Amino acid sequence: MKKSVFTGLYILIAILIVLPFVIPNAFYMDLAIRMAINAVIVLGLNLLIGFAGQISLGHAGFLGIGAYASAVLPTHFGWHPLLAMGAGAAATGLLAALVARPIFKLKGHYLAMATLGLGIIINIAIRNEAQWTGGPDGMPVPSLGLFGFDLTSDKHWYWVVALLLSISVWASLNLIDSPFGRALRALHGSEVASQVVGVDIVRYKVAIFVLSAVFASLMGSVTAHYVGFVTPNLADFFHSIELVTMVVIGGMASVYGSIVGAVLLTALPQALATFEGWETVAFGAILMLCMIFMPKGLVPTLAAKFGKGE
Amino acid sequence: MKMALLDVKDLSIHFGGVKAVQNVSFSIDAGIVYAVIGPNGAGKTTLFNLITGVYKPTAGEIRLDGEAIHGKSPNELAVRGVARTFQNLQICLNMSAIENVMVGAHLRLDRNLVKAALRFPGLKKRDAELRAEAAELMRFVGLEQFIEARADSMPYGALKRLEIARALAMKPRLIFLDEPAAGLNPKETIEVDHLVRKIADSGVTVVLVEHDMKMVMNLSDRILVLDYGKKLAEGTGAEVRQNPDVIAAYLGAHA
Repeated sequence: MKKSVFTGLYILIAILIVLPFVIPNAFYMDLAIRMAINAVIVLGLNLLIGFAGQISLGHAGFLGIGAYASAVLPTHFGWHPLLAMGAGAAATGLLAALVARPIFKLKGHYLAMATLGLGIIINIAIRNEAQWTGGPDGMPVPSLGLFGFDLTSDKHWYWVVALLLSISVWASLNLIDSPFGRALRALHGSEVASQVVGVDIVRYKVAIFVLSAVFASLMGSVTAHYVGFVTPNLADFFHSIELVTMVVIGGMASVYGSIVGAVLLTALPQALATFEGWETVAFGAILMLCMIFMPKGLVPTLAAKFGKGE
Repeated sequence: MKMALLDVKDLSIHFGGVKAVQNVSFSIDAGIVYAVIGPNGAGKTTLFNLITGVYKPTAGEIRLDGEAIHGKSPNELAVRGVARTFQNLQICLNMSAIENVMVGAHLRLDRNLVKAALRFPGLKKRDAELRAEAAELMRFVGLEQFIEARADSMPYGALKRLEIARALAMKPRLIFLDEPAAGLNPKETIEVDHLVRKIADSGVTVVLVEHDMKMVMNLSDRILVLDYGKKLAEGTGAEVRQNPDVIAAYLGAHA
């Protein structure tokens, strides 16, 4: 890959720096923060789906583990929020590895089914363990103290999230253009070809699945602290589907597509609010049209059209 | 007695009732060009798939340098220096041409995830060297005009050679080429003929499945003839050509 891959990152950073000065009010600030959080999650998911070609339909479940670790551990056990966040991520990684290893020994797209089930189980567990999680009503999350400094204002949250997004984009770009990333893309392109050059495909699939699950868990914790309240909806099946849709609309195997997908699908429900009862229909119609006219997703299609290629 | 590089003994695989390969034995010395020929459906590609670990044999053994390798997975064989190309192309069309070649060097690289994500300088330096090495390999197989190309924009004949370049990037001891000239025009076939010669001259042992008899006779030190999954004959080109069973199988005569 040429140097030009990073131009997108510089543009992104420039936008992130300018944005808070042009945002008119708190509503849009909140929207921008949620867009950035979703963008990081979608980036991690795109590494799995777009680059490695493995589908997860349970990523909201991982998000839920992170979010509830950040809510439950400090509230009930007095853990430091950062420690709770780390514990959530570690538990998620372990769970993802335990599920993925046997699944990836099978040929075919069994991961989608397994993660679908796993996501639903996590959601049910959260709903049922009401004495810990508040059940369907959810529970409040203590604020995140960083180095003796309480993160409460949206301005501060914005910079934290913007920094996380920039780092994630940089790390993803690096990863894709490395021996590890090439092995991932190769096993997507041809499993047998990647095996005969020595790629241990089970190991690589497990590694990227765990990585993207941990990404989701960490951002689940961030979401919980930012919103200050968690409900099981964060971890439900529809949220998983929404995340996959963001990947597909933005563009599979496209780092910048992940951001575009997250931004658009986070904004779309707001923009469609005027349709009242019809917003879901409008949402569905937009997705269908996108898939019919741009099956590769927005960013790859536009990049090809303007002859730049990612 | 000198030990052969590859030793195959009583190798068989059955798919349900179909005995695709039956009790085939042969051995290949290091440094030669060995060809496997036979009519369509004789089991040539199946034999390749068995030796390179894509299929597990029903019975029999395969030894590489004396070590039993049957039942090992393709990535374990790659560690031992076994490379191959595919009859029906297995190119990663989601990657650029040169990246396909770079993937071939997978085992020679630092595959650490964390170092990669954090862009460790050593890794980037090695990647730059590898890119130069891969470009050199693409020139070696005659693909210099495609060094900057995307794999999905390349013609069929070029992709066949791209597979060879990828296999060579492994720095293999033993390379299996499954019909490298299939679907190529006569000019391209001659170029592949020269390429296989160059590979053999560089010290890599070549095992070849090919239908182009001129190419086979031209290149091979020894030839194995398969028919209906069984070994029909083995020997030098001249020996095989005079073998009455081989003539019968190819010309359909009732010998």
